[in-house]
Amino acid sequence: MTNAPVLELKNVHTYYGNIHALKGVSLTVGKGEVVTLIGSNGAGKSTTLRTISGLLKPRQGEVLLEGERIDQVPAHKIVERGVLQSPEGRRIFPRLTVKDNLLMGAFTRSDKAEIEQDLERVYGLFPRLKERVAQRGGTLSGGEQQMLAIGRAMMGRPRVLLLDEPSMGLAPVLVEQIFNIIREINSQGITILLVEQNALMALGVANRGYVLQTGQIVLSDDAKALAANEMVQKAYLGIE
Amino acid sequence: MASEAVGSNFQKRVIPWRTIARVALVVFFVLFLAVPLFNILVQMVTNPQLLLRQLLIGLTNGAYIALIALGYTLVYGIVELINFAHGEVYMIGAFFSLTLVGLFSLSDETPYATRIPLMLLILVLTMLATALLNAAIERFAYRRLRNAPRLAPLISAIGVSFVLQNVGLLWGYLRFPAFNGVMGSNAVAPKSYPQLIPNDNLLAPLEGVFGEAFRLRFTTKDLVVIVVSATLLIALYTFVQRTKIGKAMRATAQDRDASALMGIDVNRTITLAFLLGGALAGAAGMLVGMYNGTVVYTLGFTAGLRSFTAAVLGGIGNILGAMLGGLLIGLISALSDQYISTEWTNAVVFGILVIILVLRPNGLLGEDVQQKA
Repeated sequence: MTNAPVLELKNVHTYYGNIHALKGVSLTVGKGEVVTLIGSNGAGKSTTLRTISGLLKPRQGEVLLEGERIDQVPAHKIVERGVLQSPEGRRIFPRLTVKDNLLMGAFTRSDKAEIEQDLERVYGLFPRLKERVAQRGGTLSGGEQQMLAIGRAMMGRPRVLLLDEPSMGLAPVLVEQIFNIIREINSQGITILLVEQNALMALGVANRGYVLQTGQIVLSDDAKALAANEMVQKAYLGIE
Repeated sequence: MASEAVGSNFQKRVIPWRTIARVALVVFFVLFLAVPLFNILVQMVTNPQLLLRQLLIGLTNGAYIALIALGYTLVYGIVELINFAHGEVYMIGAFFSLTLVGLFSLSDETPYATRIPLMLLILVLTMLATALLNAAIERFAYRRLRNAPRLAPLISAIGVSFVLQNVGLLWGYLRFPAFNGVMGSNAVAPKSYPQLIPNDNLLAPLEGVFGEAFRLRFTTKDLVVIVVSATLLIALYTFVQRTKIGKAMRATAQDRDASALMGIDVNRTITLAFLLGGALAGAAGMLVGMYNGTVVYTLGFTAGLRSFTAAVLGGIGNILGAMLGGLLIGLISALSDQYISTEWTNAVVFGILVIILVLRPNGLLGEDVQQKA
């Protein structure tokens, strides 16, 4: 993992209006890695992902994708470059069918035959979705919607996959299942930046991790080392 | 805790206000409306020909109302803005097409071999012009205000509406020789649209069968309005339901940020919605101009109001709803014109709108739209 990073944030400052949400975040994600960003509510995890995806523009600092700046590129162009996000709260299209939801993930692509193949690949990862292809997205259960949101992002052939709180609101069995799928996606060679409140699970799949606190990175290390870190254990793993 | 328990006990014995309101509504209906409604029903049954005639009129009116209503619904669905300037775009479409009619010197004497292709060309050019006009309105008057409080773009829309009305007024004053006199002599007066489609009754042969008392009329004009509208409505529906870009439009309407995360260019999609809405309004403008034989700068206000009502009635944001709403408004107006009185038609239309919204706040086909985060 010592080669040039796929994704790099350098001293990024992002604001919501006058609220200073990210105060100089720097992080790197290497090719093929799973990197996790943990932190409590309101620490700026989602803001970081929204900044990478171009939904928010940083006032200061740089976002680099394979060495090229993307921080001033419009959101839809960033997707074209292979950065796809499964957003917080799933944000699937409730009145489109499951299949149309997935096809929206492949919106920037025009290679019909390969899109068909990728559909099958996603159905392979999530057999539940295949059973529900013609159903409207809004009628799915929470776990199924999460699968749909990840599957939809996969349809864009991501080079970097951004996952925002994929375990949020899910039953423990489903959380387990989702994390297994994250491992599987990563084993297919896809680089993943994972944002989680469930630090224990996140550090279990990640190679490295960053701890975000009120808009600043306060710690970064190997996932194993972080899991053993006293401060992390106290604040995020509930171990006294 | 204690007071809560008492409250819930107390509530059990009281009839909720909602029920009282509903009962009152029903009583009101029975007392004030049942008798005249029964009377109308009797008239309808005893003279089915008259009823059928009004239904045909309603169908034609409903067709063009649906075309305009779609523009409201498409735009509202995506940007949650009521485009108050939309009726005016339709009016400008009528003026634009009339001007082209003058430029091509079309009249009721032009041979059909040249008249029909030229009319189709005018239709296409008009749709193009109003599409661009509508997109330009979005670009200059609404886009900057997209993240402003909702009232700001609404006021801006009303402003654009006034501007366009005055453009229509000015347009009525343009008496260039090349226009071949289509603009008449007075800016304010209605301009007469040449009779490009014959007004002959296609049902005339039936008169031989039913004799003197035959009162049904369905003219070539009606047919053209319905065929052109239906074609455009079906084309639009197919586009939005089946094509990739159409689906992207629906996705953008459902969740704008998530669409951007799919690589959909949100600005371009919004522009597309305005283009489509504008094109349909332009087509309606030309059709109504030809159908009624006049064009006037105040045309947009009433038509806009009715079409907006149709869109709300059907469930604003819902494409099929706008079509259904347009048709219903057309039919209700035609029936009210005949059986109640033309003066009462607006009251009847809006009364029905109020009743439907009380019972179904999201309109007939409207779904519970989740509030966006």
